[in-house]
Amino acid sequence: MPDSFHIVVCAGMVPDPLQTLEPTGGSNGPGVKNEILLPAVLDPWAASALYEAASLAAKRPGSKVWLVSLSPKAKLQQLMMTVAQKASFELVPIDGPIGGFTDAHATAAALADAIAAIPGLDRTKLLLFGGWESASRGAGITLQIVGERLGIMDQFQGVDKIDVHDDGSFEVLERVEGGKHQVSVCAGAPAVLGWATGNLGEPRNNPQVGMANMRTILPALQKTKPVTLETNTLRYVSVSLPSQQRTTRVVKDLTADQIARELVEWIGAE
Amino acid sequence: MSFTEQPVEAERQTMEVDIACVGFGPAMGGFLTTLTQAWSMFPGDPGFESKMVPGMPLQVHCYERADDLSAGVSGVVTSAKGIRASFPSLDPTQIPMATDLTKERVFYLLDPIGATRRSRTLRAADFSLRLCGKLFAKDEAFELPWTPAFLHKRGGLVFSIGQFNQWIASQLMASGLVQIWPGSPVSSPIFVDESAADKRAVVGVRLADQGVDSHGMPTESFMPGMDVRARLTVVGDGPVGQIGRALNQNENELNGRDWALGMKMVIELPEDSTLEPGTVWHTFGFPEPEIFGFMYVHPDRLVSVGIFVPSWLGDPARTAYRYLQHYIQHPLLWKYLKDGTLRSWGAKSLEESGRRGEPLLTGDGFARIGEGSGSTNMLTGSGVDEAWTTGVQLGEAVLELLRGGLSFTEENLTNSYEKRRRASWVERGARESEHARDGFHAGFVHGLVGMALAGLTGGRLSLKSGIRPESKQIRSSSTQTEEGATLKEIAMRASAEGRTFHDALLTARGWPEIPFDGRLLVTQQDALLIGGKVQAMPGFADHVRFLDTELCRSCFEKSCIAMCSGQAITQGADDAPAFEREKCVHCGACLWNCAHPPHAKSSNIEFLAGGGGLHSAEN
Repeated sequence: MPDSFHIVVCAGMVPDPLQTLEPTGGSNGPGVKNEILLPAVLDPWAASALYEAASLAAKRPGSKVWLVSLSPKAKLQQLMMTVAQKASFELVPIDGPIGGFTDAHATAAALADAIAAIPGLDRTKLLLFGGWESASRGAGITLQIVGERLGIMDQFQGVDKIDVHDDGSFEVLERVEGGKHQVSVCAGAPAVLGWATGNLGEPRNNPQVGMANMRTILPALQKTKPVTLETNTLRYVSVSLPSQQRTTRVVKDLTADQIARELVEWIGAE
Repeated sequence: MSFTEQPVEAERQTMEVDIACVGFGPAMGGFLTTLTQAWSMFPGDPGFESKMVPGMPLQVHCYERADDLSAGVSGVVTSAKGIRASFPSLDPTQIPMATDLTKERVFYLLDPIGATRRSRTLRAADFSLRLCGKLFAKDEAFELPWTPAFLHKRGGLVFSIGQFNQWIASQLMASGLVQIWPGSPVSSPIFVDESAADKRAVVGVRLADQGVDSHGMPTESFMPGMDVRARLTVVGDGPVGQIGRALNQNENELNGRDWALGMKMVIELPEDSTLEPGTVWHTFGFPEPEIFGFMYVHPDRLVSVGIFVPSWLGDPARTAYRYLQHYIQHPLLWKYLKDGTLRSWGAKSLEESGRRGEPLLTGDGFARIGEGSGSTNMLTGSGVDEAWTTGVQLGEAVLELLRGGLSFTEENLTNSYEKRRRASWVERGARESEHARDGFHAGFVHGLVGMALAGLTGGRLSLKSGIRPESKQIRSSSTQTEEGATLKEIAMRASAEGRTFHDALLTARGWPEIPFDGRLLVTQQDALLIGGKVQAMPGFADHVRFLDTELCRSCFEKSCIAMCSGQAITQGADDAPAFEREKCVHCGACLWNCAHPPHAKSSNIEFLAGGGGLHSAEN
């Protein structure tokens, strides 16, 4: 069993959820208005996977982390200025369309091809990380398909924790129905782990890490070639945003106890 | 770039680049665009080879405090002369919220409430206008039948600075030639000789420490900010930026400047709105005579509506947010806005001295561009295009020096950058407007006459007036006066009632309470959250500090509290102001709203480098 891992993190970008997002329709299918100029963040589920990967790699000397992302090149570079400050990795960019309305099979095919072509990647050490869902428009199946295309049979979804044993096997905490976790033990790499939130906080921006990462990220971005994804295999009937659950009520002269009681009642009713 | 290996994690690291840029706004956009356009055209030019890291291309790094490059604030109407020169085939439809300027109107707003601090002269004028009825005044407003050319921006653009910055940043990033780092506040310049009194030689900048507590003390995750050593440091961090202020030769040298707090909302209009994109309204007279306002109509039923609260308001009760809420409810605007929804909100300090407040533009190893360099034209009320153009001018100068193999000495920068600037339309406009607004220090009507004189004579005539230090512009009454006693009483009552001092001030002045609707008329805290989307990254120290809290306790004006855009400064339990970093939008208004600075200081408030702030991309 390997002492070190080759961890590949699949992570797309999504529009910053704090911004005002408006769905639009067009000849090329649904989209988000002005998405190319909206600030973007790394998909939060996948970001958890990246931080977990960086943490695991730091604990297992000789391990290496790659970040594979399918996004427009220019947008990806802008995003990397922030993400690259948080963890050490090598970027494998795929210059593709923005937005999550592409067919999961086509996306997975592009990701799997890019991963298979990573020089020096040892598949016996491979842990394929990613978000178990996309925070924006994922079908929830992309990572599984990537794993299948790479021939990886051991797959875990909704992962919150991984404990690696000395022999290279690891214990996985997976979210299951009813707010519970399922504990599994895997004999070792290769495996697919679709992360939920994990247990690590977001690392703070470290310019030193960022500058070091950019030395490899910039050349990789310059060399990346655009891919075209199959678009006519999927048809969306309608697209909408979840409605905002926010109620503003202005009250005066309520005591702290009354406010607390009301909050408890409201939480209980939800 | 090269790294100095550090054996101990907590040791400060050093990096070397060719050009370190501080702040990413329109000026820096102009600088980096000029540089990358030429670089892309001639990639093999030896001038674009790094001297700091031999064998590598020119290393250009830009550090921006905000956590996204689109977090700038301003609805903009601009002649766009400089911007269009950089992009001759500019198509506004490619920039969200941008459109061609179609119509400009100027209104004098009457006071429909009766709470403003109007002089007798103005009250008499208002009475006359009302007496003439609908012939002159409609919707409590009087439209100027004619406006002088200097107030127009024909052929210009209306846009959002957040979206414009994002558009520029995406092109710069696509070039792959420069690195722009958001979330990277810069704490100080690195001088050649820290002990020298004359600090005119800079060799780079130091990034802010992280992993510190609110007082700046290291925690277990302490990470000292990196020293970035550079051949040239480009300072474009705005009027309250840490680096620009640190480069001022003497704290009092620039004391006595004019400022304004610009605060605005982006509002989504109701579906049946009849306002045409590209429409621009300028207003004055309400919510106070001295507070100018604006409404710019963007495409897709969005408008930017805002006010400018000047330092020379002459009144410590200056709660901009409350004033803004009354402003949008003025009958002239409310009939269009009343069923609208708040989309975004933001505020920033505007340096309104223009050329009169111009600091040293160049030194050995540094050059200043943009608003902080005194480029704003205070006659036309135009700053973005001027800032952009100063960036372009420095970009052209740097290209000239790089290609000539010349170093970035003060002499070379003066002969290239400053020379270009002095010969340009930016300088001509700055000179014409240099004293255009001085008259406002002697009264509102005096100020209007002064502006008209300066505008109509190309700056040859104006009504000059002594400009007092910012602390004296607030009000010069003492605690013994009736005013002082009233303010103290309001502060005590607000504290006892558990309401904010900001709000209590205007209520005590007779302004009606705001009828919150939870959609457009929302509390200031809601405006921070759903409008400005304010963020504060963990691990940074408090960037607002009070130097002498005893002075604060004895201060009755408390204008730093009243003017704080995000209610981040509040009245603490011990009568001294308290600061909450999580609410700060980094407008910097507290800096020029201190009525009692310590001896030989311009303010009792220290405004340091900090991360976070506004997060909305639509400002």
